[in-house]
Amino acid sequence: MSLLEVKNLKVHFPVKPGLFSRAREFVKAVDDVSFAIEPGETLGLVGESGCGKTTLGRAIVRLVEPTAGSVLLEGEDITGINGSLLRARRRKFQMIFQDPYGSLNPRMTIEQIVGEALDIHRLTDSKSARQKRVIELLEAVGLDPIYAQRYPHEFSGGQRQRIGIARALAVEPQLIICDEPVSALDVSVQAQIINLLRDLQQQRGIAYLFIAHDLAVVEYISRRVMVMYLGKIVETADAKTIIREPQHPYTQALISAIPEVDPETKRKRIVLPGDVPSPIHPPPGCPFHPRCPIAEKRCKMDVPPLREIASEHRAACHLAKPN
Amino acid sequence: MNEATPIQNPAAGRTLSPWQLFRRRLKRRRIAVAGGMVLIGLYLVALFAGFIAPHSFERLDRDRFFHPPTWPQLAGFHLVVPRDEPLPGNFKYRAVPDDTRPVRFFVRGDKYRLFGLIPAAVHLFGTGDDNYPVYLLGTDQFGRDVFSRLLYGSQISLSIGVIGIVLSFTLGMIIGGVSGYFGGGTDTVIMRLCELIMSIPALYLIISLRATFPPGMSSTQVYAMIIVILSFIHWAGMARVIRGMTLSLREQQFVLAARALGQSNLKVIVRHILPNTFSYVIVAATLSVPYYILGEVVLSFLGVGIQEPNASWGNMLTAAQNTEYLRNYPWLLAPGAAIFVTVLAFNFLGDGLRDAADTKA
Amino acid sequence: MSEFRSQKFWLRERFPKSGFWVLTPDFSKMNLLEIKNLKLDFGSGADALRAVDGVSLTIGAGETICLVGESGCGKTVTGLSIAQLVPAPPANYVGGEILLNGRDVLKMANEELRKIRGGVVSYIFQEPGAALNPVFRIGNQIKESLKLHKPEKATNEEVIRLLKLVGIPAPESRIRNYPFEMSGGMQQRVVIAMALASEPKLLVADEPTTALDVTIQAQILELLLDLKQRLGMAILLITHNLGIVGDMADRVAVMYAGQIIELSPAKELLRRPLHPYTKALMNSVPKLRGDAGRLAAIPGNVPRIGNFPPGCRFAPRCPIAKPECSKEIPELLEVEPGRWVRCPFWKTP
Repeated sequence: MSLLEVKNLKVHFPVKPGLFSRAREFVKAVDDVSFAIEPGETLGLVGESGCGKTTLGRAIVRLVEPTAGSVLLEGEDITGINGSLLRARRRKFQMIFQDPYGSLNPRMTIEQIVGEALDIHRLTDSKSARQKRVIELLEAVGLDPIYAQRYPHEFSGGQRQRIGIARALAVEPQLIICDEPVSALDVSVQAQIINLLRDLQQQRGIAYLFIAHDLAVVEYISRRVMVMYLGKIVETADAKTIIREPQHPYTQALISAIPEVDPETKRKRIVLPGDVPSPIHPPPGCPFHPRCPIAEKRCKMDVPPLREIASEHRAACHLAKPN
Repeated sequence: MNEATPIQNPAAGRTLSPWQLFRRRLKRRRIAVAGGMVLIGLYLVALFAGFIAPHSFERLDRDRFFHPPTWPQLAGFHLVVPRDEPLPGNFKYRAVPDDTRPVRFFVRGDKYRLFGLIPAAVHLFGTGDDNYPVYLLGTDQFGRDVFSRLLYGSQISLSIGVIGIVLSFTLGMIIGGVSGYFGGGTDTVIMRLCELIMSIPALYLIISLRATFPPGMSSTQVYAMIIVILSFIHWAGMARVIRGMTLSLREQQFVLAARALGQSNLKVIVRHILPNTFSYVIVAATLSVPYYILGEVVLSFLGVGIQEPNASWGNMLTAAQNTEYLRNYPWLLAPGAAIFVTVLAFNFLGDGLRDAADTKA
Repeated sequence: MSEFRSQKFWLRERFPKSGFWVLTPDFSKMNLLEIKNLKLDFGSGADALRAVDGVSLTIGAGETICLVGESGCGKTVTGLSIAQLVPAPPANYVGGEILLNGRDVLKMANEELRKIRGGVVSYIFQEPGAALNPVFRIGNQIKESLKLHKPEKATNEEVIRLLKLVGIPAPESRIRNYPFEMSGGMQQRVVIAMALASEPKLLVADEPTTALDVTIQAQILELLLDLKQRLGMAILLITHNLGIVGDMADRVAVMYAGQIIELSPAKELLRRPLHPYTKALMNSVPKLRGDAGRLAAIPGNVPRIGNFPPGCRFAPRCPIAKPECSKEIPELLEVEPGRWVRCPFWKTP
């Protein structure tokens, strides 16, 4: 049984045109997404801004309510539950956030931040046990516990991300949704956090949904990768394959757009024309067709399904041929 | 070297909370500190009003209506106060030369209750002789010492401000926080209610509410009711602002993190959102106190606030309605000066607080 | 350090009408921009924090230099100093000069500064949404830029020409758009159009693509390259992304903690970095199609202004640091032709 199974998830936000207007439009942030994550696995989720990856992550954690579809955690559907039952289930999955400066309450000490989960779920029964646990968590993320009484503004971005990770670990989750955890960090610090996440996974068997826009980072840390565009998944495969043999034209363009440090690689850069269209009015048929270099007539009319074109490799493109 | 070591400020060994940083910045603004000192002085004086005032607030001196201020003069090494005798005509007095009494400290005088509880009769200064009163600010139309009444009045006026803001701000923060956090229908209903309250002209609302009281309430009850009325008008404005701040704070990632941990909604509001509005709240509170003081002044001025013989700055100013009094007996305006100083001090302090809170903690 | 070779750079020209000979500087031989030993403090006296510590850099006409470094290294402040855009009360220039076409910017009066800002030197910044005024149409904003420096050309036709130059489709209708009606990539193009209005000699681009998606980033970088070739202007590209360097730059200067620690031609740097920091940085970034071994993270944190360690500022985090590294700041030396390093042990593999 998969640890997490997402089935036909949709998150549509209504756009309110006016006070008395009837016609309602929707921002289709997540539009019929399905995938699964196995225990201890890292699934990468890549896409550009507006593709819905952050909304997807938050919908799984129920910070945003899904409009339709289901999220199965160890077989149990968590989309319908509420209240104390939901709170109990929250011990199984947690989230770490992108902004190291906004993700910690500036008026709480580190000890209070990391220990909040322990209080909510009553995971420790005495003050000393709680303190001990906080120290353990800080050490697990590489922070010296001496600094437990300090405030977030005294730490650097990388250290704050560690605090955020410690906070997520407090409940001993089996799945952590990582929403762009290193994008806002200095380059020289990103590697530290990536290493930390990998180490924690090896030690504790935590699964990750690693959301990012940097394909190189995602390829490095993930076993499998999904590419999202305008609320839909357009390609999914294991990390190596998706980089070396991308089948969807968007994935190909994405890979070629990445500036490469190695000056020897001569590649033809596919520069996509135009901008990402608005998720309120996605184009008919394949959402990518207006910018696609190989679009054909039927791409404008039929939405390509996410179909299997090779073992464990699926792409949503009419023109991707199975091998 | 450890992969992660926090930055250490080599000068400060201890950690500084956002609160301490704020206080440090506040101390640098002199005018705010001055305002704060003045206020501390005023509140201390109000606390010990009975002790500092040489006379009781209701003591009538039938020989000395509208008596001008008598200041102790220096004779030898003593401060002495002469006895005045009335001149023919309206309320004019002349000092009788060589008929003086020395001013002493810690004299026995009119009885009063310190802090409203402890009966006492010792006053800070005075002559001890009722024929030689010390009227630092003269007397009013009933022969009552204006200075003493000013001090007793300060108890009422200053405390109304503090209690009032505690009430209205607590109410405003909770309601605003709930409204902003939950949004949707709750938010709409609450905000329309706030707008309703705010759209009624405050003065008329205050007077109408006051008119619903039964006559013959005790002065303490009147006092409490005034606070409640003023707070009722004021919480709505605070609620709106807090609701706006909550709307933006609610999207902050640390709030999302708390929700993801499973924190209950109420705790999220109280532990995470509201503490991050404190920097605004403190400033707004300080700048709102004058509103309460002036509100009480208006009510008492119109005769529907604190009743005689109790003193409040507002009802002392009713005498200012009469231009003949103002022309001939200008010391009756002393409460106006007191209000001016208090409001100014609060404004300076509030400005300083706002500047100090401005940078990121 | 100066690349300025004092050759004969005077031209003899015949003054029209009178026929007299006159000497004028030959700008084609002079470097467009020369930053010499720039030192900038924030605050003064005992609390002064040094943000830029002895930075020297030259840019020739038409050259593209990348200034690379992480946050807090002083690259943005250096770039802003070129037109004295750093607000002077908190900032304090305590040393060095910035010669723009031979004249020291730090000594210029306001009148002259206003002429060069947007005139000789133009800027584009990281957040295009913040650089555009939300209540004015973009056509008017571009015209404003024209009015300041080329008033005779402040016409709609010129605006349309500029919009075409930066690759905005259907510019005639776009003129009346407000910034919020455009996407991030479009906004950045408008900002570039505004910057180019006066045909500047130097374009300072401070992290122009950091806030944009990868595919849009590719578009903008391609645009900048295209413009550089067509207009022949020099570009100072400030970034923290080493990947951009390879495509865009002729030369690269790597900054760390207020100092330049490596300066070399771009391809050389990427092929064979010399300074331990540059090497560590390149090794710590996951590469596409790279191997999946543990990343060689650089331990510790980037030192913040005011907390620089003594001696070599990278020493506490450096894998090959020796005790003498913390005693004295090493000099920036030319160890190979055109390659400068601030590390005596650069040869260590």
